[in-house]
Amino acid sequence: MSQKRIEILGELIPLGSRVLDLGCGDGAFLEYLQNNRQCFGYGIELNDANVASCFERGVNVLQLNLEEGLKLFEDQSFDVVLQIDTLQHLKNAETMLKETARVGKMGVITFPNFAHWPNRLSVLKGRMPVTKHLPFEWYDTPNIRVATFNDFQDLAEKNKLHVSKAFGLVGERTIAVWANLLASTAVFTLTSTSLT
Amino acid sequence: MSFYVQTQIMQFAQALPLECGASLASYELAYETYGQLNESKSNAVLICHALNASHHVAGQYRGQNNSEGWWSNMIGPGKPVDTNRFFVIGVNNLGSCFGSTGPVHINPATQKPYGADFPVVTVEDWVDAQERLVTRLGIEKLLAVMGGSLGGMQVLAWSMRYPKRVRHAIVIASAPNLTAENIAFNEVARRAIVTDPDFHGGHYYEHGVVPKRGLRIARMIGHITYLSDDVMNTRFGRQLRRVAGNLESDSLAEQNYLYSTQEVEFQIESYLRHQGDKFAEYFDANTYLLITRALDYFDPAKAFEGRLSQAMACIEAKFLVISFTTDWRFSPSRSQELVKALLDNHRQVSYVNIDAPHGHDAFLLEDPQYLSVVRSYFKHL
Repeated sequence: MSQKRIEILGELIPLGSRVLDLGCGDGAFLEYLQNNRQCFGYGIELNDANVASCFERGVNVLQLNLEEGLKLFEDQSFDVVLQIDTLQHLKNAETMLKETARVGKMGVITFPNFAHWPNRLSVLKGRMPVTKHLPFEWYDTPNIRVATFNDFQDLAEKNKLHVSKAFGLVGERTIAVWANLLASTAVFTLTSTSLT
Repeated sequence: MSFYVQTQIMQFAQALPLECGASLASYELAYETYGQLNESKSNAVLICHALNASHHVAGQYRGQNNSEGWWSNMIGPGKPVDTNRFFVIGVNNLGSCFGSTGPVHINPATQKPYGADFPVVTVEDWVDAQERLVTRLGIEKLLAVMGGSLGGMQVLAWSMRYPKRVRHAIVIASAPNLTAENIAFNEVARRAIVTDPDFHGGHYYEHGVVPKRGLRIARMIGHITYLSDDVMNTRFGRQLRRVAGNLESDSLAEQNYLYSTQEVEFQIESYLRHQGDKFAEYFDANTYLLITRALDYFDPAKAFEGRLSQAMACIEAKFLVISFTTDWRFSPSRSQELVKALLDNHRQVSYVNIDAPHGHDAFLLEDPQYLSVVRSYFKHL
């Protein structure tokens, strides 16, 4: 994730939050939140190399498989639960979305928007898109859940999750309108309706 | 890279009150240190040992071949716990048979070896004894306390009994207490020892014998539980001993069974017997009883009606918890109970579940991912 994106997403996280980062990668975002937004948190990450990288950044990391749910975590025990480009890798994407809302008072979810116009163009030409943001071929992609900006809104609604912010990103620009067409990355912040 | 070390002995004249109600009037602890304590005394790492290990953690003894410490792959110059940076302390626990006061030592009250009269010591007692040693070395706050299995339980006890004196707690292949199955294995081992005719109620020293048969069986059952089914099958499978010793001549005749109930038939039998024999030569039976009991008794949540999170609320240290996927004696889910209790208390914790085939033994072995995890963690300290 570019520094600029880290800053854009960092703005969404209230200062001093207790954060759980699902699929935290090399821990760069958590490190940023610790250093710049006085957050305290943990990352969950399965990949060995990423775990080591978290240690070196001084980020707490738990090597757990998200497919097994968040059973170690109590209800509403975090201010923010993050799913930064994680959802598309999960077999149980819907379950994890519910778990995110159960454990976090707020959720921040980002994923590649499959309806971004270059992807549409590619499909119109009869080919699955291979782009900078979706650099894999259909047969080897780790992105097993392909969704669009609008699809996610439906899923949130189905699960009675309250979307507090929804926008897109393309490169380092935020996209407020027509995000389903213009954004390569979809960004949502959620709060469970029980809290609102 | 090998380096030479010497065991030291520290005497304690002040009585040590024990959990069982008794106290040890005086005692000594065997220990070793590696590396240099820095001026601010802030680089000390204490290593707690498991069932059959000792204070001899790293390095080797001058003039003794094959005398490398039991955690030499982890600790030493340039190793994951780098003694060029850290001052590492290995300490032998009370009740052991490797130098610290234990059943083989003379009981000042009777002028005879303690034998079975050595008081039942607990993990907490060990930690209290270690704390005095650490204090005497002039260390107020340990940079880290680290241990595997029973050693991990000591780390946990350190972080709860002396929360202000531990900065990092590294708990490997351990658990917040033993399960019934785990206690059961220990009980089989103990029955093997105490029913050996040479045991003499624990006072076998006076009879000039050692309950070796019991010790051998205790070790054999222990050893089975330290390995995984897969690793045993890979290493031994159904291999017959005669064939295993001589792969060149595995003619059909030599693959025939002996049809004997007494002789060693399978390679795994030979291996277990060898492990048992080796162990019975150097390990003390009373020590084995004491240490397995310390394992059974450890249960910090007991005083909190089983609520581990409450028991661990006093902890201040930052934790690294490590488990191994194939460890069924101290399974990953037990480590995750520790993680959960730390999360419930908003404590700093990292957890790694190493994908290793070797079962519980993995914590002592040369697994690249495991060693690199510890290396990266210590790099950041």
